[in-house]
Amino acid sequence: MVYRNILRKTFSYSFLIMGAVTMVLPFAWMVSTSLKSYSSVFIFDINEINWIPNPVYWKNYIDVWKVVPFARFYFNSLFVCITVTLAQVATSALAAYSFSRLKFPGREKIFFSYLATMMIPGSVTMIPVFVLMRMFGWIDSYKALIIPAAFSAYGTFMLRQFFMTIPRDLEDAAKIDGCNHWSIFCKVILPLSKTALATLTVFVALGNWVSFMWPLLVTNSLEKRTLPVGLAYFQEMYQYAQPDWGLLMAGSLVTMIPIIVIFIFGQKFFVEGIKLTGLK
Amino acid sequence: MLRSSAKETAAGYLFLLPNLLGFLVFTLVPVALSLALSLVDWDMLSAPKFVGLANFVNLLGFHTENGSFIPNDPLFWKCVGNTLFLMIIIPVEMMVALLLALAMNQKIKGVKLFRTLYFLPTITNGVAICLLWAWLYNYDFGLLNGLIIKLGGFLNLSFKGIPWLTSTVWSKPSLMIMGLWIAMGGYNMILFVAALQGVPRELYEAAEIDGADPWHKFWSVTWPMISPTTFFIAIMAVIGGFQGGFMQAYVMTGGGPQRSTTTLEYLIYNHLYSWQHVGYAASIAWFVFVIVFVITLFNWRFGGKLVQYYHY
Repeated sequence: MVYRNILRKTFSYSFLIMGAVTMVLPFAWMVSTSLKSYSSVFIFDINEINWIPNPVYWKNYIDVWKVVPFARFYFNSLFVCITVTLAQVATSALAAYSFSRLKFPGREKIFFSYLATMMIPGSVTMIPVFVLMRMFGWIDSYKALIIPAAFSAYGTFMLRQFFMTIPRDLEDAAKIDGCNHWSIFCKVILPLSKTALATLTVFVALGNWVSFMWPLLVTNSLEKRTLPVGLAYFQEMYQYAQPDWGLLMAGSLVTMIPIIVIFIFGQKFFVEGIKLTGLK
Repeated sequence: MLRSSAKETAAGYLFLLPNLLGFLVFTLVPVALSLALSLVDWDMLSAPKFVGLANFVNLLGFHTENGSFIPNDPLFWKCVGNTLFLMIIIPVEMMVALLLALAMNQKIKGVKLFRTLYFLPTITNGVAICLLWAWLYNYDFGLLNGLIIKLGGFLNLSFKGIPWLTSTVWSKPSLMIMGLWIAMGGYNMILFVAALQGVPRELYEAAEIDGADPWHKFWSVTWPMISPTTFFIAIMAVIGGFQGGFMQAYVMTGGGPQRSTTTLEYLIYNHLYSWQHVGYAASIAWFVFVIVFVITLFNWRFGGKLVQYYHY
């Protein structure tokens, strides 16, 4: 039995390490390329794949901010991401309270229509909303990037499921103390739902941070592009030539670093959130 | 039971209002609008022209030419084929995810580190990942061809680099390899770990008393117990697959070579944005919707019967 356990652990570790190496190698090559100058990227000696750049060319990390308005993209992404996340979590929490705690005519029907829309492919609604943005004159504005993304049936559903599990005795006590719905929501429900709210926040923020197709559709000018769209634009600049891969990899890495840091700290919420989605 | 009163109704709608407004304007009304759009011919400049079901006839219809059936829109069917082809990798992705999850479930040290590494592609923005792989797949200077040629030198054979993204033969497998790398340690692995942890210990103990070896324990306890999760992951992957491939096509291949990597999602984008066929784009979106709907119905109807649930 002990022998078998050791065998199993050895097996597991070697498999996990193999997987980890497969994951890391491309990223390592990315870092390596980002520290090479334009000409040295293309000196590709077949017998000697250069993992360690010589000399280390830090300048890519400075140049990348000048070649394209990367700082602007960063600001746009941060601004849009923070606004969308706050708005979506707030509107979802309010609606979830209504669906889980208040009784009113039409509630079940409205909730069912929320559920029914959750499986509709994004492109079905994306096309008319894109047309709406053009009609409103919102193309190439923050409004188009933020407002349609500020509401979600999924977030509402997830928080509603969580609020349902909070015992009603607590709010009955609060009601006796003379609390109205607003103060029950703020003082009882929200403080008890910190984990669920944090999970939703991480999910919404991450989803918005990497969203690509919508920002691509509704922005034209460099001033309004978000990081993913800006990064794609950066590559398109080299359409007719071999790209400066060192610079491109440096730019890509610059977009990745903050989210990796956030993930390392918010891993718990992230893992919990995924488990929740699997329980539907 | 709470009694519904006028006051509670007012509160209910007030709390719901912001979300409901957004839901109506950006979800419910657009669903109806997109159905309406699928019945018109419109370039967003001139007035929309009502064409009835002509878009769908064009999309799904066939005509005869010299006695053989020719689709009205061969490009659409090619994209359906591409989209389905790219989904062949899904079982492999799931298998690797399950193997990694089984390994993770062995009271391993450094779970957090492994998970972070496996999760890197899932949390980083897809454009950066696509650029990274476009660089790895580069014909002349890419790492993969470099390694292949080096291996050839090692074996005293003259290997040539593979035209990963520039040949119709390799373009789809290349995207599938990249997809495997992205998906194998992502969401699915976490879901599998959660499922594995949910298998009651006493089932394993009972199996051990019956003298089952690990192989039997896996197939007669673990596999049936995690089947709801496996089924869920498969359904989600197929639904996602029908809506996938946009970013890869946009960033890495432009949908080529010779349209070999154009998926339905990229085709929708082309019709909507590049060619201004708004109505036609909407009709393709509805085609995808119907497929997703059928899969979801299948899931509701048969999902419970195909998998096993454990009751205490």
